[in-house]
Amino acid sequence: MKIAVCIKRVPVQEGRFAIAPSGTAIDEAGLKYDVNDFDLWAVEAALRLKEKAGQGEVVIVSLGPDAVQEQIRKALSMGADRGLQLRASAVPPDPFVVATALADALRGGGYDLILFGRVAVDDAFGATGAIAAHLLGLPCVTGISTLEIANGRGRARRELEGAQEVMEFPLPAVLTIDEGLNKERLPSLKGIMAAKKKPLEVRAATLAEPRVTVRRLELPAERAAGRIVGQGAAAVPELVRLLQTEAKVL
Amino acid sequence: MPTILAYVETRAGAVRKVGLEAVAAARATADAAGGGEVHALVVGAPGVGAAAGALGEDGADAVLVLEHPAFERYNPEATSAVVADRLTRGGYRLGLLGSSAQGRDLAPRVAGVLGVPVVTDVTALRLEGEDVVVTHPIDTGKVIATLVVRGTPALVALRPGAVAAGPAPRQPRVETIAAVGDPAATRVVTTELTLGTSTRLDLGDAPVIVSGGRGLRSAENFRLVEELAGAFGNAAVGATRAVTDEGWRPHSEQIGQTGRLVSPDLYVAVGISGAIQHLAGMRTSRTIVAINKDKDAPIFKVADYGIVGDVFEVVPALTAAVRAARSAS
Ligand SMILES: Cc1cc2nc3c(=O)[nH]c(=O)nc-3n(C[C@H](O)[C@H](O)[C@H](O)COP(=O)(O)OP(=O)(O)OC[C@H]3O[C@@H](n4cnc5c(N)ncnc54)[C@H](O)[C@@H]3O)c2cc1C
Repeated sequence: MKIAVCIKRVPVQEGRFAIAPSGTAIDEAGLKYDVNDFDLWAVEAALRLKEKAGQGEVVIVSLGPDAVQEQIRKALSMGADRGLQLRASAVPPDPFVVATALADALRGGGYDLILFGRVAVDDAFGATGAIAAHLLGLPCVTGISTLEIANGRGRARRELEGAQEVMEFPLPAVLTIDEGLNKERLPSLKGIMAAKKKPLEVRAATLAEPRVTVRRLELPAERAAGRIVGQGAAAVPELVRLLQTEAKVL
Repeated sequence: MPTILAYVETRAGAVRKVGLEAVAAARATADAAGGGEVHALVVGAPGVGAAAGALGEDGADAVLVLEHPAFERYNPEATSAVVADRLTRGGYRLGLLGSSAQGRDLAPRVAGVLGVPVVTDVTALRLEGEDVVVTHPIDTGKVIATLVVRGTPALVALRPGAVAAGPAPRQPRVETIAAVGDPAATRVVTTELTLGTSTRLDLGDAPVIVSGGRGLRSAENFRLVEELAGAFGNAAVGATRAVTDEGWRPHSEQIGQTGRLVSPDLYVAVGISGAIQHLAGMRTSRTIVAINKDKDAPIFKVADYGIVGDVFEVVPALTAAVRAARSAS
């Protein structure tokens, strides 16, 4: 099993977000960064498949500035074998451009599986994996929450709105991982030490001109300040009155 | 004048609400740009075309129908080939889809085939000369991006329920179209579709949602949430990830970043802390009520009305009061 996992460095979402003076970028000061959660589940899936197969290689690929090496090292400390940084000063907001650069780097790599997270929590498009699959000419299943691989074929479940579907596909394939497939392992101390010595190759990314660009970023309008109606069951009559007369939803 | 293609999502032979929304949003976008045709594309098993005429209600000038047994369940490769083929032949300015589980899968596939730009989870759009200008929440809804998409056609997937459009009924032409290649000869095949068995209102349609969190402490205690929902009469039940992780409720009821995005008239959060990933799925609800014993819980920051208290005491009292209020009116 040779598996590539594409991961993204994203701001930790619990942080306080502010817009940079340019109005078209997030102010990075004060934000913490980590591997996109969905990508951690993809790394975990790859490690489990390799462990089950008893042999293989898990390669971590990330596009971005040198800071992404921190996230690649985290995946290596979980147990991945080597890393590849596609160096770019920033990640463009156009998923097609990112997918093209990743596909170029993955083409001819002899991977049985190429995994992505279903969506990056920062840009929130969830399009990169499926576009890359098409560019690589590989079958693709997106947003999977179960996965079985046997005899060169795979079977995966997707959660729909109030329903589920199962898709079957031949390997090699591209999969994007949703929540529910697994919970990622924590890097062990030994893993963290080992990761420092694992190979991390750096190549320049070739990025096309983006066709999706940022005109403006804004913080969402705050909801009008609400109020605490009261404490305990004693507050219920007043709440019901407000729902009837003010909110008019009852 | 722009011609816009709207992909009408179906499931088990029935048109889904997001499919109608794509048609209505296409109508509104075309009209705002000075008029232009809206073509609705319906792909499914034989019989699916029965829905075609009704799409005029949502503003379709033409309905393109493709019926083939290979489309009985969602067929991602063959469907993307058909959508891509129509988009290239028809001289379309834009392809619109719903940003549902199906649409989020289909849109980037079509973009891949055509080599055109794609954006998903869009909450507003308009044409501006050569560009499509879209609104798209990023960073779990903490930042709102205005993006410029340049490319013809451009693919835009719309967040369910986000783009409201008024009625613009007309009598559509119905055309039958052919598949591209053999739609049964695909690598990826959907072998099973399991529909939810719930007889309750779907979360996407319910005017009221009563949602429970870890504060309920067990699957059995969700009875309180069910009863409150029952008292409203028009309510669906939702849950947090903490709850679906515990297996107290099915994943299909999860609301938030990795669950459903909902915007009901009334959202009642019961024993829910208000984590950013949960808020991302419900913060646009018209009225939010929170019941939580921790007065500092973040849910109170988005709630219009809060009660600080124990759910086991407050919820039964609220259920009784709502029942009384509804039977009095
Ligand atoms: C990538 C990612 C995606 C995620 N996606 C989602 C998602 O889609 N949806 C989602 O919900 N979460 C999601 N989460 C998880 C999210 O971060 C929170 O962990 C989760 O929402 C917490 O659920 P909760 O509010 O039920 O539980 P908790 O945070 O444990 O809150 C329980 C609340 O109940 C209150 N309480 C306890 N007992 C009582 C009582 N007797 N009476 C009244 N109040 C009481 C407590 O004060 C507390 O505020 C995601 C996380 C990540 C990292």
